[in-house]
Amino acid sequence: MIRFERVSKRYPNGREALSDLSFEITQGEMVFLTGRSGAGKSSVLKLIALLERPTRGILVVNGENTGKLPLRRVHLFRRHIGIVMQDHRLLMDRPVFDNVALPLIVTDTSFKEIDRRVRAALDQVGLLGKERLLPLELSVGEQQRVGIARAIVSKPALLVADEPTGNLDATLAGEVMGLFGRFNDVGVTVVVATHDQHLVEASGRRQIVLEDGRLTAGRAA
Amino acid sequence: MASVSNWTARHGHALISSGGHLARHAFATALTVIVMGLALALPLALDMLVNNVRGATGDFSDAVGISVYLKNQVSEQTAKQLQQTLSGHAGVASVTLITAAQALEEFRAQSGFGAALDALTDNPLPNVLAVRPAPDAASPAQLETLRRAIEAWPEVDSVQLDRDWLVRFNAILELMRRAVLITAVLLAAGVIAVVGNTIRLEIRSRAAEIEVTQLVGGSRAFVRRPFLYTGVLYGLIAAAIAWGIVAAARIALAPSAQFLAAAYGQKFVLAGPSAEELGILILAGMVLGWLGAALASAREIARSGPGNG
Repeated sequence: MIRFERVSKRYPNGREALSDLSFEITQGEMVFLTGRSGAGKSSVLKLIALLERPTRGILVVNGENTGKLPLRRVHLFRRHIGIVMQDHRLLMDRPVFDNVALPLIVTDTSFKEIDRRVRAALDQVGLLGKERLLPLELSVGEQQRVGIARAIVSKPALLVADEPTGNLDATLAGEVMGLFGRFNDVGVTVVVATHDQHLVEASGRRQIVLEDGRLTAGRAA
Repeated sequence: MASVSNWTARHGHALISSGGHLARHAFATALTVIVMGLALALPLALDMLVNNVRGATGDFSDAVGISVYLKNQVSEQTAKQLQQTLSGHAGVASVTLITAAQALEEFRAQSGFGAALDALTDNPLPNVLAVRPAPDAASPAQLETLRRAIEAWPEVDSVQLDRDWLVRFNAILELMRRAVLITAVLLAAGVIAVVGNTIRLEIRSRAAEIEVTQLVGGSRAFVRRPFLYTGVLYGLIAAAIAWGIVAAARIALAPSAQFLAAAYGQKFVLAGPSAEELGILILAGMVLGWLGAALASAREIARSGPGNG
């Protein structure tokens, strides 16, 4: 599903965020990406979601070599990936329904289908009935769940999350991780970047540990 | 892949979101469309002015006269026959015969050389035919053709065409017409700049929304669409404003125009823009609005979109 082959990422400011990174995540896996702040977790996720391209090396995601994908096809590539951000990136002036519907609106989905799938996604994150509320009328945990509903509404094969529990207390964080586990149970490949070691240990899933842009442990065969 | 109804839905969605955006930002929208409306109104008003001047001078064409001087030996009898023949000529409205005797009488009465003229044994003046061209045959080229035709007659000594002022006047009109065209082109560039700048600011103010849309797989075309519609809507509203300005100016000017016309003993109504001109105005507004939005969004959205790294 995801294959890093000696990938390096150097930003225009000269900082090398990732150095000679190689690992693989197979389809249907749920993997935690851990390490201290600045270790390169966000860079890995940005490369997977094609928000950035590798400086060196080869990165294949969902069968596409991300270094070579033409710019005009990047948006099509992203439609197969659900992205959850720490700050959830909701549109604060739009109701919950519109936020979750966005990935379907940008494709040629009919209104009827949008309505059905948005409700299904909200049901999965336990927010059915809050479609017409604005994000600010929700709690922080609920806002993050709206962000997750938006990421899964188009039924992507791959879900990536950058510190999805960063702003949540332990109970809410546990709930959110439970959600990711359930998506993984139905076949979605899940990659979660987090520094919350307790959650990772509790889940018993594989972890990829980064330090200064290199792997230190957790390599799977 | 995209069915027609989904296509309609997508564009409908973009159009509604653009319209809603304009309504929510009524003040900014008003400022932009007023500037655009003024820029569109100016060439339209100038064009209307030129057309009215041209229309009014259409009446002057019967003031253009052709004086046909017959040879001295041509008798009054022959002159009358020529008058008849010339009246039936194409492009001629009427022909008046001023006989040599009449001309002499007139000259005697007006010049004060009465006594001196009595000393003459022969009348030195020729018979003259005063020709008025038909209004639809009064262009400089047509008058020139008519002049040559008459000049070829054996009885005719010379033909004098009072057309210099007409040539000059038409040249002035042509100059004005071109000035209007240049003004229109310059102001069109201004309209594109105003729309472009407004759309640029809108794109920046909605940067977060654009980023999220691109994050979830929205194409660049999808992101640009509402801004392009916004540009076209700006142009449409601006065209309506320009129309309103010109209509108001016409009403304000009508009494003065009538007064002026009355002073010349003419009936004259200040004509407004034609349906064709209004069509061009609306089309121009929409095209310019679209152009400005296309330029701004091509620049701004290419830069802000993720996936460029």
